[in-house]
Amino acid sequence: MAEIVLDHVTKRFPDGALAVDDVNLTIADGEFVILVGPSGCGKSTTLNMIAGLEDISDGELRIGGEVANQKSPRDRDIGMVFQNYALYPHMTVRENMAFSLKLAKADKATIDERVNWAAGILDLTDHLERKPGQLSGGQRQRVAMGRVIVRTPNAFLMDEPLSNLDAKLRVQMRTEVSRLQKRLNTTTVYVTHDQVEAMTLGDRVAVMRGGVIQQVGPPEELYDRPANLFVAGFIGSPAMNFLPATVKSDTVSSPFGDLRLPDARRRRLQASGGGERTVIIGIRPEHFEDAELVGDKRDQGTVFKATVDLLESLGSDKYAYFTVKSERASAQHLEELAADAGGVETTTEDGVQVTARLDSASKAKEDQELELWLDLRRVHVFDPESGENLTVDTVEGGDEAEKPVEKPVEKPVEKAAEDAPAKP
Amino acid sequence: MNTTPRQRVGWGAANVIVVLVAAIPVLWLVSLSFKDPSTITDGSFYPHNWTFANYRGIFDQPLFTHALVNSIAIALISTFLGVALGAMAAYAIARLDFPGKRLLVASALLIAMFPAISLVNPMFNLWRTLGIFDTWVGLIIPYMTFSLPLSIYTLSAFFREIPWELERAAALDGATPLQAFRRVIIPLAAPGVFTTAILVFLYCWNDFVFAISLTSTNNARTVPAALAFFTGASQFEQPTGSIAAAAVVITIPVIIVVLLFQRRIVAGLTAGAVKG
Repeated sequence: MAEIVLDHVTKRFPDGALAVDDVNLTIADGEFVILVGPSGCGKSTTLNMIAGLEDISDGELRIGGEVANQKSPRDRDIGMVFQNYALYPHMTVRENMAFSLKLAKADKATIDERVNWAAGILDLTDHLERKPGQLSGGQRQRVAMGRVIVRTPNAFLMDEPLSNLDAKLRVQMRTEVSRLQKRLNTTTVYVTHDQVEAMTLGDRVAVMRGGVIQQVGPPEELYDRPANLFVAGFIGSPAMNFLPATVKSDTVSSPFGDLRLPDARRRRLQASGGGERTVIIGIRPEHFEDAELVGDKRDQGTVFKATVDLLESLGSDKYAYFTVKSERASAQHLEELAADAGGVETTTEDGVQVTARLDSASKAKEDQELELWLDLRRVHVFDPESGENLTVDTVEGGDEAEKPVEKPVEKPVEKAAEDAPAKP
Repeated sequence: MNTTPRQRVGWGAANVIVVLVAAIPVLWLVSLSFKDPSTITDGSFYPHNWTFANYRGIFDQPLFTHALVNSIAIALISTFLGVALGAMAAYAIARLDFPGKRLLVASALLIAMFPAISLVNPMFNLWRTLGIFDTWVGLIIPYMTFSLPLSIYTLSAFFREIPWELERAAALDGATPLQAFRRVIIPLAAPGVFTTAILVFLYCWNDFVFAISLTSTNNARTVPAALAFFTGASQFEQPTGSIAAAAVVITIPVIIVVLLFQRRIVAGLTAGAVKG
């Protein structure tokens, strides 16, 4: 168990490409930190530098207080789960898990005890004498974790460990990883490109873009107070809606009408620069609501009308898609997010498609006009040039006054699974 | 694919012809080796007087027994060295990016393509000056040279198929690079190493050009070269039977190896052909 400190860590490849640029991150003992970002953002390189599989070009890495830049992987005492598991195919599950203990010259009784303990936790006891080739994907994944936990290393590193599993198994293994980490309370760094994994697993999440950490914080904080357009667009599913708007003296002129933001947000927006200027507003789908169902919160938002193009009912909620007449919001951050999403275009010839999450009680119908309510307390305003969020204080732990009462991130499914007994 | 009876007959006939063309000289050799000297020239394919005299005879001749020992020892040593050096080179080629890698691979290919016969004369002179003419070393060196490209190519194809993550996993499990190579990579590459060894062994075992040119006595002469020096029981007798028997004896190990490992050999020759 140890604290991991990345102090101005930089990785420059021999061809001059800057993969990781001046990363500062302190991972406390026992903490579960997620590195998340689109492919090529430097998250795996960062992980490999912690593991010792990549050299550090600049800066300092400290594990448990000791500088580890020059230590070989074997001297760092770190366990790593690889994306493709990297199980030794010629060894049985037992041998795979015992390999590190054998190399450390542990005595046979200890090895057996540790392997049996890990197999018990991971539900692999019946498969110990099998070869990896005879196991299912989920079992292989568990062996990869077993190999890491048998020797209680300083830290666990996980490089997209769930990305090779099918969707259902991925959700199941996600809860297992979470439960295992809580049980063993070992410092864990977990790399993923899946923002759902990032939100559900980590104590803290670091969003990376182009080798630079954009924002670090607890998942709720990243969700409620994104530092910039990139974080706002990357975290959350369905993604935040972005639209161009213009700031005038004390209102924001938007495709939804003139928005009068709450005092705190307006003050911060004015402090960031005066005069009339173009900005990008960001609104999460759940901050819209069917105006009929809003009740006494109505005066905290604004109401507008739109025709629902498409309605998806998920039982618990309804997703309404509608088009607003507007240009597409354009900014470097948004281009990158669109590229990562596979270039899915959200504009139609009439304007920009907006997603709204409505209560399941909504009577909205496709192709009918609906009166929608927009929660002004949750509207973000971004600078299109820098991408910076102009309306919220994004310093970790700051901005208490505006913290929402209910948690917008839904974790009840995970919690229930954690409390449930292990599956047979 | 469905075949008509006509197609089947046609293909069957073609196969039979090919097998006959390939097998008749070998069978003839076997037949000759069992004939006694008086019936050698009787023109019959089937020996009328079966005899093992030829086989007994060759094992009494120091020429053959020495050559057999030379053949086995030289082929085994060359194979061992060729595969060991080849494995290291192939591992580097498969895993590392170093300056001159393409040049190394290209020159290995060039050596493999180089006609051995054109090297024999200069080597003859060179070996005599160096004092390694007619020694084991004198044959092991050219065998290694010409089998290294083969082993580098086949082994690097096998190494490339082993995911790099396995070594990284081993390193994080606390293995030194040597432990990772020995306990993870080599066991996984064992089929490839074995296949390469077989191919290299066959090359050394079958060589005639170097063996006849770079030896002069029983010191280092291998069986393919020694066959030419057999004499009959008397000066006036053709040693046909003995030569046939010796040829059969040295073919047997090749046939056994090929029959046992034919799949492996094909895998080695086509390794990396499809993927990577």
